[in-house]
Amino acid sequence: MERPRFTPKMSRCLHQVAEKVEGLGQFVMKTRRTLKGHGNKVLCMDWCKDKRRIVSSSQDGKVIVWDAFTTNKEHAVTMPCTWVMACAYAPSGCAVACGGLDNKCSVYPLSLDKNENLAAKKKSVAMHTNYLSACSFTNSDMQILTSSGDGTCALWDVESGQLLQSFHGHAADVLCLDLAPSETGNTFVSGGCDKKANVWDMRSGQCIQSFETHESDINSVRYYPSGDAFASGSDDATCRLYDLRADREVAIYSKESIIFGVSSVDFSLSGRLLFGGYNDYTINVWDVLKGTRVSILFGHENRVSTLRVSPDGTAFCTGSWDHTLRIWA
Amino acid sequence: YYLNYFMEKVIVAMQDPDMGMKMRNQRLLITVIPHAMTGHDIITWLIQKYSICEEEALHLGGMLLKYGYIYPLKEPRSIVLHPDETPYRFQTPYFWTSTRWPASELDYAIYLAKKNIRKQGELMEYEKERYSVLHKRINHTWDFVVMQAREQLRASKQRRKADRIVLECQEQAYWLINRPPVCSILLFYTALVYTCVALCLCLQIETCRRALGRNRVKSSICLEGFVKYSEQYQNHDPIMQGCLPSNPWISDDTAHWTMNAEMVPTPTRLRVECWSFSFMELLKDVMGRKEFMTYLEKEFSGENLCFWQACEDIRHGESSKIAEKVEEVYKNFLAPGAARWVNIDSKTMDKTLEGIKRPHRFVMDDAQMHIYFLMKKDSYPRYLKSDLYKNMLAKAIIPQETKKSVFPFMRRQRHSSPSPAQAAAQATEEDGRGKGAGPAGTNSDV
Repeated sequence: MERPRFTPKMSRCLHQVAEKVEGLGQFVMKTRRTLKGHGNKVLCMDWCKDKRRIVSSSQDGKVIVWDAFTTNKEHAVTMPCTWVMACAYAPSGCAVACGGLDNKCSVYPLSLDKNENLAAKKKSVAMHTNYLSACSFTNSDMQILTSSGDGTCALWDVESGQLLQSFHGHAADVLCLDLAPSETGNTFVSGGCDKKANVWDMRSGQCIQSFETHESDINSVRYYPSGDAFASGSDDATCRLYDLRADREVAIYSKESIIFGVSSVDFSLSGRLLFGGYNDYTINVWDVLKGTRVSILFGHENRVSTLRVSPDGTAFCTGSWDHTLRIWA
Repeated sequence: YYLNYFMEKVIVAMQDPDMGMKMRNQRLLITVIPHAMTGHDIITWLIQKYSICEEEALHLGGMLLKYGYIYPLKEPRSIVLHPDETPYRFQTPYFWTSTRWPASELDYAIYLAKKNIRKQGELMEYEKERYSVLHKRINHTWDFVVMQAREQLRASKQRRKADRIVLECQEQAYWLINRPPVCSILLFYTALVYTCVALCLCLQIETCRRALGRNRVKSSICLEGFVKYSEQYQNHDPIMQGCLPSNPWISDDTAHWTMNAEMVPTPTRLRVECWSFSFMELLKDVMGRKEFMTYLEKEFSGENLCFWQACEDIRHGESSKIAEKVEEVYKNFLAPGAARWVNIDSKTMDKTLEGIKRPHRFVMDDAQMHIYFLMKKDSYPRYLKSDLYKNMLAKAIIPQETKKSVFPFMRRQRHSSPSPAQAAAQATEEDGRGKGAGPAGTNSDV
């Protein structure tokens, strides 16, 4: 029997479909706040649901909660370990989670008593066998999702510290994760040193989709606001967009002049813009639909290590190895 | 692969809360270890469950022990199942051979380093040999190994003694099973590489098989979706279009946040418009949900939203409260003649009622999904066409754009806001003790 001939159709990418869309004009974004207070490299940050507070963590073991609008520091904790690579704000705004080289994720309830030592009420939740690279609360304060250098992700019950589900499939360190904003809310995506981005079912622990087109470590993953796709940023100096329904990569954001790795990515509220923090101290703003670089922002004096858009999309925050955090709008 | 699968089936059956083994506390010198069982218990259970004779039960139990699914609390080096009062415990799934395979050189190095630091000179002969070989082979990461070992030791010191003993036993048992063979570490490494390749291929085949079975959507439809979504939300994107009355970060005026607070007397137009974009947008917004509830109650179907919310509470709440919450939901929404009975198809109802016998976090998922889609396909579109929604949209505010300050050098005072932690603390105080004193920390103005 003759084998049917397969002529692959050239897969369309997003930029071709978006040719008819109007281009974006000049973009003016400036640093509106500079948060100084960390004594060493800022490694991670997260927004509070109140749209103005943030938590940040750094290499010197400090975790600070700020009202970014007034630039006041509201809480500070010194972790017993250095390199606090992950931190997250609880949905209620009443606690923060953090961890790093201690291989753990701990939850600190935020006390308003200035005399009370926050460390006293610390609750150890997650336990990995290697460094904690990222953590995130799920829809409530009761569960935390973690990723680790031990190659796994895990879901934990905060009250009891019990492991609810573990996710195995990465062949190397897992560096980042993001929860899906879907209506059934049961999946998340993770990226690792094995160049893979995996989508997981939180109930079963199964890896339901896997994407491997990057040429180096994936440092950051973030869902597109509709939940139908996610973006990734990698050491290969590109950001990519993966569509979950089409089950493939649909866009690459790269430029010959950009040769440094991307440390973190996030979308603007409408998903039209993709912000990337790079190791060459800059932030590149991409038109998600057309694939063009709309703007490049300077300001940090060292690597940008973390970047998150605020919950209402009015600004985004970056943390850097230059010890500061900046709010851009 | 199949061997592990079958073994795990047995182990899961052994741990079944109803038909499984009876666990008890076992005394180990002066420490009490919870959730343990005796060799005798294991044999008896196996005999009963599988209708086999004692010899066969001993053999099966011995295999479970040999492959690391159970481990002894005393004499960790003994891989023989004793049918007497010798205490055993189930190995945590984290350490199962099937999930941890292949054991990495680095992990083993860290384990040996820990043992060396903890009990100087107490490494077994073969362990000393491994340690020096590893030290030579991965010398470039030795600092990391020692650092990790120290970190793990420090973390374990903070645990309760019982937990520490259990974890040390688990780890020791794991490495006893998974340590490299006595012959040579090179041979072990080669065998590891071959089996790694085989495993990778198996995984690849598995992934491909799953990928083939997946339903894919045509690219053109997906890509159009991005264009449509961005268009729809463009006006709502402050960075793209600005926001009214002004972006707080640029103007230092928090009016935009005040106008869009969770509960306001009159919401903004953009916000109400957003509720029509998708059912999820309506439910995500506390105010939107409240409006929708008002509408549903007029139609006598408010129990659907209540049920959905109760299910969300189970899914995302404390593990310890799951059983009682499931019971409440059953009483209020599912039991025959329940006060707020929800209409679910009989197949889903049967499955849910069966699952309630052993309540877990996701037991309500099918029923919740059914009600969610019912509301989405039926009540939601009608709500959008209703007077309730149309009136809300009509009276919604369109804020005036704040003109830029005439004196750009005068910076507005940046007002602080109450911390969410403060609001929560106040709420608990009001509910609980009713003490007069407010929270200690206050934010100072800039």
